[in-house]
Amino acid sequence: MTDARPLLTIEDMRIHYDSVRGAYKVVDGVDIEVHRNEIFGLAGESGCGKSTLVEGILRLIEPPGHIRSGTALFRPFPEDPERSLDLVQLDYHEMREIRWKHLSYIPQGSMNSLNPVMRIRDQMTDVVMHHEPGGQNEINRNIAAALEMVGLPESLGTLYPHELSGGMKQRVCIAMSMLLQPALVVADEPTTALDVNVQRAVLETIAHLRDQMGAAVVFVSHDLAVHAELVDRMAIMYAGVVMELGTVYEIFDNPQHPYTKRLIHSIPALGGPRERLESIPGMAPSPLAWPEGCRFHPRCPDAVPACSSTTPRTIELDTGRKVTCHLFDPDIDLEQGSA
Amino acid sequence: MSEALLAVDRLSVVFKDTGLFQGNKTTVAVDDVSFELPSEPTLVTIVGESGSGKSTLARTILGLQRSASGTVRYRNRDLSGFRGADWHAFRREVQPVFQDPYATYNPFYRIDRVLKVLVRKFALASNDSDAEALIEDALRAVDLRPQDVLGRYPHQLSGGERQRVMLARVYMMKPKLIVADEPISMIDAALRALFLNILLDFRDQGISSIFITHNLATAYYLGGRIMVMCRGRMIEYGDMDQVVLHPSHPYTQLLIDSVPSHNPHHRWQEERSEYAVDASEFVFSEHACVFEARCPHAMDVCHLQRPPFVTADTKASQQSACFLYHEEYRPDQA
Repeated sequence: MTDARPLLTIEDMRIHYDSVRGAYKVVDGVDIEVHRNEIFGLAGESGCGKSTLVEGILRLIEPPGHIRSGTALFRPFPEDPERSLDLVQLDYHEMREIRWKHLSYIPQGSMNSLNPVMRIRDQMTDVVMHHEPGGQNEINRNIAAALEMVGLPESLGTLYPHELSGGMKQRVCIAMSMLLQPALVVADEPTTALDVNVQRAVLETIAHLRDQMGAAVVFVSHDLAVHAELVDRMAIMYAGVVMELGTVYEIFDNPQHPYTKRLIHSIPALGGPRERLESIPGMAPSPLAWPEGCRFHPRCPDAVPACSSTTPRTIELDTGRKVTCHLFDPDIDLEQGSA
Repeated sequence: MSEALLAVDRLSVVFKDTGLFQGNKTTVAVDDVSFELPSEPTLVTIVGESGSGKSTLARTILGLQRSASGTVRYRNRDLSGFRGADWHAFRREVQPVFQDPYATYNPFYRIDRVLKVLVRKFALASNDSDAEALIEDALRAVDLRPQDVLGRYPHQLSGGERQRVMLARVYMMKPKLIVADEPISMIDAALRALFLNILLDFRDQGISSIFITHNLATAYYLGGRIMVMCRGRMIEYGDMDQVVLHPSHPYTQLLIDSVPSHNPHHRWQEERSEYAVDASEFVFSEHACVFEARCPHAMDVCHLQRPPFVTADTKASQQSACFLYHEEYRPDQA
């Protein structure tokens, strides 16, 4: 690797929602690095905090939610890779300058995020004009190129959103996110409401963002099969924290954390032998009161006494391979739990 | 010779849309569908994309939706001839599970009521203690602890728990047939396996199921038989392993080819964007195959006639509505 500095370094990110009953600690201490030109997957069940985490770095958290602590150092300038911006500290105007240009977003259900009374081309022109004002001809060329990259004809620019199908709208959103060639694109469940055929086309389009434009992608999805198909590295989240992190091959071939193992074994695959699937017993805990010690211990079949008393540390197994579980911590007394 | 549990014969369901601005428009949601459930316990999975008519088919089988033509026969009796007492008996033997576990409960009543009303209405128990024992037994059968559920309101339960209470309800009725319409799409991945395993256990206890899903991996796990729908048409029907591993209809091939593989070592190989297509782009026609516009194998006849249902493999375990398998039009014959 020529450039060792990660594109995005998230450290100790905590995002809480205040309520009369106390703070909902939806994201509660996440450390993640995203490198240039990689597709990084965030996986986990609903309520694990994966969407809130990316909304946090995009600064989309609205009261009563707030970023309690943490830093998100973003280094989008290839000519000056040391220069970093802390996304958590930027004010409204600074953030506005970064959005679309360096950091863009494909939201959950993004087909509903297009303006219904504006033609596609006009909406896309707005994005370009704010950051790089120029002649209409040049802008139209850029728009045509962006649409072509996602497999849509230029003529589609003159249509209104209601004239497009769900998959086409989703691809328009992807084209829009790439207009200014940002360094990082955040895609939050971009294929959830789509049929499998369309899902495949959208995933192939996202792979293009990386292969042809050199962008890094943070890809959020609850669907592990989609991660297996698309991402390079991934993190498994549970109860507001990262349980395991590694390359997609490490996670699927050799899962280490008891939660990751159970999650992968609870999902049916197409073809192959039909083994009885095991579900994970119990319920996901509430962000109002996460369990003491390891947050997964009430549902964990491998739990030892230490798991209910001591919060596990994140252990680095190999380079970049991390797991948050006492079973991998050489320094802990599994019976007593003293670290 | 055993009679079929359920026989659907040339069923069509049509919606008339009297739009304010668009004039009258008709939508053929289910188009000439025929199939049978044998009397022995069977799982049939119906798969298709959104808008393919699979939910409408389920609602019609449950008697919740009127058909335009064709019949649904339950144990050799036509649903359209049912009177009050017939429906009562039918509702006892055929149980639905719906998609949205948040919309099926009345928020003002405790969970107990859903189960107790059933006991009263269908006289499942002769006294209160029997009724309680029956309810607790049913909850345990779906892996719920009675003390966790009874006495609580729906909003206090998770989506997975609510769906399992619906299954407990089904279990109490000891029905002949369960019709489950996308029952796991709104519950967490970790709990889906539990729900699917319960359906498999039910089958082993003699209960048949019609399971509707858009998730092919889930369908494959259940086994049994599979029906693939596209734009209201049944385009392939047969043995699950045969259809999934050797799909015959080009549309089924496209669907199966689009399922993510769960294995990062076997990713999709070649690009296939030109195929990428919404089911909503298919055109309804009485005189052509629904898939002809996108089919890589389309022949002249596909634009002129509807393909009939023909056997597509040597073992007769798979049928396909495609001219590729039709004696007269098979390409290797030409």
